[in-house]
Amino acid sequence: MKIAVPSEGNTIESSVCQSFGRTYYFVVADSETLEYKVIDNQAASSQGGAGIKAAQAVVDSGADTVVTFHCGQNASDVLKAADIKIMKAVPGTVSEIVQKYKAGKLVELTEIHPGYHQHGG
Amino acid sequence: MQIAVLSGKGGTGKTFVSVNLAYANGKSIYIDCDVEEPNGRLFFKPQEKHLEKVNTMIPKVDANKCTGCRKCVEFCKFNALAYIKNKLLVFPELCHACKGCVMLCPQKALSQSGRHIGCIEYGKAGEVEVITGILNTGEATGVPIIRKLLSIMHGWAADQANDRSALPKDRHVIVDCPPGSACSVMESIRDADFCLMVAEPTVFGLHNLDMVYRLVKLFGKPHALVINKDMGDIGLIEKYCSDKDIRVIASIPYASDIALANSKGLVAAEEYERYLGLFKGILDNIELEVCHEADCHIER
Repeated sequence: MKIAVPSEGNTIESSVCQSFGRTYYFVVADSETLEYKVIDNQAASSQGGAGIKAAQAVVDSGADTVVTFHCGQNASDVLKAADIKIMKAVPGTVSEIVQKYKAGKLVELTEIHPGYHQHGG
Repeated sequence: MQIAVLSGKGGTGKTFVSVNLAYANGKSIYIDCDVEEPNGRLFFKPQEKHLEKVNTMIPKVDANKCTGCRKCVEFCKFNALAYIKNKLLVFPELCHACKGCVMLCPQKALSQSGRHIGCIEYGKAGEVEVITGILNTGEATGVPIIRKLLSIMHGWAADQANDRSALPKDRHVIVDCPPGSACSVMESIRDADFCLMVAEPTVFGLHNLDMVYRLVKLFGKPHALVINKDMGDIGLIEKYCSDKDIRVIASIPYASDIALANSKGLVAAEEYERYLGLFKGILDNIELEVCHEADCHIER
């Protein structure tokens, strides 16, 4: 399985980022080999629609699962269209998250927030 | 003459000032550009109403023509497009209707389609034409409605011998702006001949005044200030105005009779002679300011 996790830093030992759309990096790790690649999230500085752009990058990375604390409606729509599963993150590093995922200790993310894009002009 | 009434924050009295100015002027056109909360009509209670729908452009994809080059996805600054599993997804509420994707598509797979976002209500209250922009709840931006509202004025003018100045001189247009200093306000003041700022004499009020003042300066519009809810201590705002050389043309008291009239949806200038005089005075002042401005231009 390829797991994408929003990350504070650019290694697998970095902490999970609170934000999905505006995270600086995504770490995309193979749950078997623990090999990983890092994606710079170009959406972090978007005016709006960051979730969509970030989700597009995750889809393009070939991930089949996303582990995140939060996910907005638009990002969720994109991920679902690509049949990507969304799991709820727990505090820790990306590698800990991957281990917990393998051990079946993560649950599906069911709370999809309506998004922040309607604020401001 | 088109007078835009604006303030940084909501609740300062834009609608109160706009409605009373339009009433005091008699034959006026009142345009409510505060499309998220169009309240002017609560005071005017316009009759003979009719509605016109407003649509905005969204791109429509022809899946047979789309080759998945993603030029549109990369181009969209608002991230309203995504390409997933050989399918282009459109997020209508993020689209700003710039049409860039439609122009850019090498396959001509994108075309313009419409999306209903609100309407314009036309009505009449005595001598005042009341034109109200209404944005549907949940929509992200009212700019397309504001654009349409103000284009009505262009159409009006075009009808009258292709010249804006052909509007009868006494028929002022009062534009009740949305709060803030963002896109929707810029759109609302773009065609204005005069910007009337409204501010409360508080620290918060001053902060917001500073924001709209900078916007008005940026647009190079003739302008002046009306202080609203004056409780006797307006030193803070007067100092700011004297530093920036802003004319304060009136100070409206924080009075219970105004509050009472407002709470009943009545027009203060219609209820009380002294407020009619106050608002007529504001109009006279604006006319003088604009004439003076025009003279200065001629001298230059």
